[in-house]
Amino acid sequence: MATDSDTLLRVENLAVHFPVNEGVILQKQVGSIRAVDGVSFELKRGETFGLVGESGCGKSTTALAVLRMLEATSGRILFEGEDITNYDQKKLRPIRRCMQMVYQDPFGSLNPRMKVRDIIGEPLVVHNLAGTKAEFRKRVDELMDLVGLLPDMAGRYPHEFSGGQRQRIGIARALALEPSLIICDEAVSALDVSIQAQVLNLFDDLQERLGLTYLFIAHDLSVVRHICDRIAVMYLGKIAEVAESHELFRNPKHPYTEALMAAVPVPDPEVEAQRPQQLITGEVPSPQNAPPGCSFHPRCPKAMDECSKREPLLEYGDDGSAVACHL
Amino acid sequence: MSSHQPLLSLNDVSVSFPTEQGLVRAVDSVSWTLDAGETLAIVGESGSGKSITALSLLGLIPEPGKVDQGSIVFEGQNLLDLDRNTMRSIRGNRIAMIFQEPMSSLNPVVTIGKQVAEPFRLHRGMSKKQALEAATELLAKVAIPDPGSRLNAYPHEFSGGMRQRVMIAMALACEPKLIIADEPTTALDVTVQSQILALLKDLTKEMDSALLLITHDLGVVARYADQVAVMYGGRIVETASARDLYRNPRHPYTQGLLASVPRLDDDSGKRLLPIEGQPPNLAHLPAGCAFSLRCPHVSEQCRTDQPVLETTVENHASACFGYE
Repeated sequence: MATDSDTLLRVENLAVHFPVNEGVILQKQVGSIRAVDGVSFELKRGETFGLVGESGCGKSTTALAVLRMLEATSGRILFEGEDITNYDQKKLRPIRRCMQMVYQDPFGSLNPRMKVRDIIGEPLVVHNLAGTKAEFRKRVDELMDLVGLLPDMAGRYPHEFSGGQRQRIGIARALALEPSLIICDEAVSALDVSIQAQVLNLFDDLQERLGLTYLFIAHDLSVVRHICDRIAVMYLGKIAEVAESHELFRNPKHPYTEALMAAVPVPDPEVEAQRPQQLITGEVPSPQNAPPGCSFHPRCPKAMDECSKREPLLEYGDDGSAVACHL
Repeated sequence: MSSHQPLLSLNDVSVSFPTEQGLVRAVDSVSWTLDAGETLAIVGESGSGKSITALSLLGLIPEPGKVDQGSIVFEGQNLLDLDRNTMRSIRGNRIAMIFQEPMSSLNPVVTIGKQVAEPFRLHRGMSKKQALEAATELLAKVAIPDPGSRLNAYPHEFSGGMRQRVMIAMALACEPKLIIADEPTTALDVTVQSQILALLKDLTKEMDSALLLITHDLGVVARYADQVAVMYGGRIVETASARDLYRNPRHPYTQGLLASVPRLDDDSGKRLLPIEGQPPNLAHLPAGCAFSLRCPHVSEQCRTDQPVLETTVENHASACFGYE
């Protein structure tokens, strides 16, 4: 399939396996953890694509592999049609300018000894774009203004800011190089609801103003549903289902998607009283010994004989949706 | 007051911590009651005082903080008057607590069996053998597969969800009349979260105990709570039955919270309506209503006077001048 110009990022059959070693001196590889195992998806320019799933499903590993912060075991990553899977550090540098990350923890991801101005402006310095001192300050002020921080506060240190403000600092830093793709890894999950809503709206506004594309990784389905245009549900290193946000929630096709949604309570007791609440039992197994066939079959209420024997494949239809299930 | 006595009532309770910035009131003049068999949820954002309220019930306020006002009456007894030993005989026996972190609230070097048997040994004076038998039964009750053989396992051999089941087993060991669960599922995955909360709710119902659920998740409240108390800046701003609170929120803070949560069943794609501004700093609260700095309906009176919680209709109370 040819990559058309609407596609910003294309991930083909991506796998990231981590070796499991035994022994102290003479280490021997005794197995591997298939954190990401054959994941394919596409990001259209200007859209928000969600990766959602429970802990250990491989959503963050996928993001790190896309950014080339983790080496892919196999598969291809195409950015703007360019295969960047095997680029060395030097060739990656200009690509990195176009892809930036916003992290989860607004307390851990900012250097406490740096002033906010230097944190936000650091990417400019790293990429030799800082210019004169006056130009640098002007650019940082613009960025702070863009994310709703007062430029007067540029001389302060991170501890003087609240959690929501710190997340804005992290976003300003990510925007400094005018990237086309922003990867948000649980970017709002550490925030209180009233502040979370402020940051979610900020993401919306920035997308409108700057034409950004987001890869939005989160475990909170309500948040993902709200912000994403399309969503991929992951389970044990694989994509179970991809669909447009509305379609996925209205008409989930994979039993895991259905179970995941039933587990999330809706803030309305009257609606809650009428919803199915719990469709599956048990927990996600370790990716080191994933079940054969469909990895969800031991927990699936609709499992058939075939599910334990043959792995269902994810095949994309013309509308960009896909489901990996024998049903 | 009505003829029946609630299982637990907090009357004008305040908790303060001396800090470099002066005395900080983490909980300020809080009153509510809880009946047997009922689930009360305390909701609020970080720093609202919800967890400190829970700790005050158990006499576990970390030093140098202390309860400096009010009474906490449980089964007719003011818990604040009790000495250490009496309190110890109540804790884990009549009142039990389930903490957020199942990883750090179990002892990593003691077997699961021994930990679950501990309340039986401590409060029921059982022999080792009896206690272990009782522990096996309990683990079965919280749906741990093959409980007999898991007695000798250590916490690290259990998954997060299984550890939280163990915590629930320990809390329920002595059939407490009151169970306090402080963000019991925040650290767990969603599919596990719904299993754990359903289990907790079923077991408390079976024992006719009361459940005090501390959470920030408005969805969890909607699914599991009968009564709700909303806290902001150390005070209760609104209490009501869950149904009333969601259908007809009265306090602007509650209204703001409900408008700022994204909903799974919302098809509209509308923008969220966040509460502007930042959460309050407890050391520098405004003179009037703590929410006055962020409130869209603020008046002059709100900035200078403290609104009190006043019942409007049928047990629905709100602390706001707009609803007097």
